[in-house]
Amino acid sequence: MPDNSVRFTVDGRELEGAAGEMLIAATDREGIYVPRFCYHPKLSVAANCRMCLVDVEGAPKPLPACATPVAEGMSVRTHSQRAISAQRATMEFLLINHPLDCPVCDQGGECELQDLAMGFGRDISRFSEGKRAVPDPDLGPLVSTDMTRCIHCTRCVRFGEEIAGVQELGATGRSEHMEITTWVKRSLRHELSGNVIDVCPVGALNNKPYRFTARAWEMTAHPTVAPHDCVGSALYAHVLRGRVRRIVPRENEAVNETWISDRDRFSCEGLYVGDRLEKPLVRRNGRLVETGWEEALAAAADGLAQLREEQGGQALGALVSPSATCEEGYLLKKLMHALGSANIDYRLRRRDFRGQQKEPPAPWLGMRFAEVESLDSLLMVGCDLRGEAPILAHRVRKAALSGARVSYLDLAEREYLHPIEKAIAAPPGDWADALARAAADSLSGQGCAVWLGGLALRHPACSELLEIAADLPAEVVSGRVSEGGNAAGLGLAGVLPFADIPNDASFSPGMDAGLMQRQAPGGMVLMGAEPEFDCAAGAEDALAEAQFILALNPWASDWMRQHAHVVLPTATYLETPGTFVNGQLDWQSFAAAAPPPGLARPAWKVLRALAGRLELEGFGYSSPDQALADLRRQADSRPDAGPASSGGSAVDSQAAEEERFAGLQLPMHSVDGLVRRSLPLQQAAAA
Amino acid sequence: MNDFSNRVPPTRPGAGDRMRAVFRTFLLGELLKGLRVTLRNFFRRKITLNYPAEKAPQSPRFRGLHALRRYSNGEERCIACKLCEAVCPALAITIESELREDGTRRASRYDIDLFKCVYCGFCEEACPVDAIVETRIHEYHMERRGENILTRERLLEIGDRYEEQIAADRSSDASYR
Repeated sequence: MPDNSVRFTVDGRELEGAAGEMLIAATDREGIYVPRFCYHPKLSVAANCRMCLVDVEGAPKPLPACATPVAEGMSVRTHSQRAISAQRATMEFLLINHPLDCPVCDQGGECELQDLAMGFGRDISRFSEGKRAVPDPDLGPLVSTDMTRCIHCTRCVRFGEEIAGVQELGATGRSEHMEITTWVKRSLRHELSGNVIDVCPVGALNNKPYRFTARAWEMTAHPTVAPHDCVGSALYAHVLRGRVRRIVPRENEAVNETWISDRDRFSCEGLYVGDRLEKPLVRRNGRLVETGWEEALAAAADGLAQLREEQGGQALGALVSPSATCEEGYLLKKLMHALGSANIDYRLRRRDFRGQQKEPPAPWLGMRFAEVESLDSLLMVGCDLRGEAPILAHRVRKAALSGARVSYLDLAEREYLHPIEKAIAAPPGDWADALARAAADSLSGQGCAVWLGGLALRHPACSELLEIAADLPAEVVSGRVSEGGNAAGLGLAGVLPFADIPNDASFSPGMDAGLMQRQAPGGMVLMGAEPEFDCAAGAEDALAEAQFILALNPWASDWMRQHAHVVLPTATYLETPGTFVNGQLDWQSFAAAAPPPGLARPAWKVLRALAGRLELEGFGYSSPDQALADLRRQADSRPDAGPASSGGSAVDSQAAEEERFAGLQLPMHSVDGLVRRSLPLQQAAAA
Repeated sequence: MNDFSNRVPPTRPGAGDRMRAVFRTFLLGELLKGLRVTLRNFFRRKITLNYPAEKAPQSPRFRGLHALRRYSNGEERCIACKLCEAVCPALAITIESELREDGTRRASRYDIDLFKCVYCGFCEEACPVDAIVETRIHEYHMERRGENILTRERLLEIGDRYEEQIAADRSSDASYR
């Protein structure tokens, strides 16, 4: 214990705590139960619910544990007659205006008020006057409101002020006339605002798309990992009768603390939409028709084998979504290599691959997420951090509020919601110079870092930016905020045109994603990627030229319906076991939460079956764990740099500005197929 | 007597015993003894009922076939809170809830499997709006596979048909609840 520790007793137990620490934090740590509504460990202390009143010796009245600092020699009783009667009285007051509509309330069964009313409420109400009713503001497509149920704990208000950084909800009026609402009529727009659902102790703010679909007690919670950004937030998928009903955060202090982004929370609404595939599709006489697996796998294997026979293995190429699992990427890479092709890549929207073999294999942040908070200066280049990785943006905001100097180099100034040192707006053509200058100007202090965000990585001169960042003094950490949930994992799995190439004279480094998207190989395999959205601008026309297109995707996009020859229905991240590696290089494995609909199967099984059809050796995995073990062994023994001959392609530097800088911006609700199909997220984006 | 180990071996019956047994057999002694019971009950008051023409009285708490009730304005009572589903010890109830167009919580599916149901009445006890009830109906049968599943529509139909009886039973029992 540090010097400033104090000793005190709670319920006769000798405890030790830091001076100035609130009593409730100490009792929580020791497992002593104190009821509460407004106290939240991640938010400031409001002390307005009065539920945590405890009996402190010498105090004339019971004191709120959440706002009473521990002191030397203090003696506290949490279960004395005085404490209990104060808590019971508080509960009676709270229940005066709270409606007794638990049976129709979605919070029923997981409600803090309901739970505490069981312990501290009376059997029968003594209140016979009229209860108040409050109009419900429309907060948009994500959060439903039943404001009559509100107990004015102001957790949601404090969440907006302190965590989100923009006060979207506020309290108007006083006492019984107090209402939680928006200042002007508008919806919640912040990318973390869905967290008010979890923060709200009662059923006032709830999950709107999930509204009335299931009960807390009948669902099974499956731990999983978010696939939409490089944070890899820890999630629980709540499943009822084989269907994912909602996503809630899982606490992981090292990654997402207790928050998750709206994109992670509401993307599951895209799982069971109209164009979800339940059967394989095979093109016959120009039309895609539904078939069984035998037929579809035969068609897929025949198509690939025929092209290999006629034009050699080099005529095959594969594009992998950066949100595919490590195992899926590894198996597809192995399959392509076995077919004699090194044309495989996951960096779908990147346009400049020069010097790729010198880059570290895994694009990562260069530091742990927790270390972000103690940075002194940070420069982000071409990074819409709030859109790309909302949880990371929260960490940066915490750093900025505690004094870190945060600068941005971007197309234009964005809404940053925290103090910034400098926001440099520059046309993308000038970024290389601007980066060198800004790094010299704005980076100083003990911990400093430069992060290249999505816009920088999609930049037509990305390699120059990466080089400048890598050449900065050694104390500057150079990191990347990569696209997709598993860019680092796929890099480590070697889903790259130059990694792990068999030692064979006929093999040379393959085509990178940029080259494949300009001159498509004869046979294309697309795993989880929809060329019209997931690739660099203009890729869909070039890829459509391929003679044989095999798509492994949970949905059939319009492009696939027009051009693909075989579409094999695969599982989403909620329906397959797998592993993601996040931006701080945590290997996070997860199991399937729900079975995929219809005949759809996890992609690793599909690839195994396809390899069997092609009579390839070494695919006899009985679980993805075995594939993971193989890939980790390979990743550990891989040399740091790729072969010198694997230079990589770039877009034509003579091309018109418009063409070169097309597709630099990526809206946060368009990052992958699941997010694009989630109606509430699209409505929120449009609002 | 269960103490078989100490049993005395039966003595051989004497001549007198054997004669008595012969007489008893041939004079139908046992038969007459039985007929005496028959004759006694022949003149007693009968307790059997001529079912189905006559029926035994039922308690208003009788737990027979299930029904879903409506309010007097025709709105169904069930709000899909799923408490009955949670309390059901036989897992006989399956409910799917949804947001109806008018913004209320409603059941899109309410199935009771009569083969699983043990007629314990817990669903009735758990219901906060007296929607699911067990009626006095106990004479029903199934002819085809699948008829054991009472769907929401069938439950509402039963409720509509017997509402008068159901309401009367609830009110007669109200003071004990």
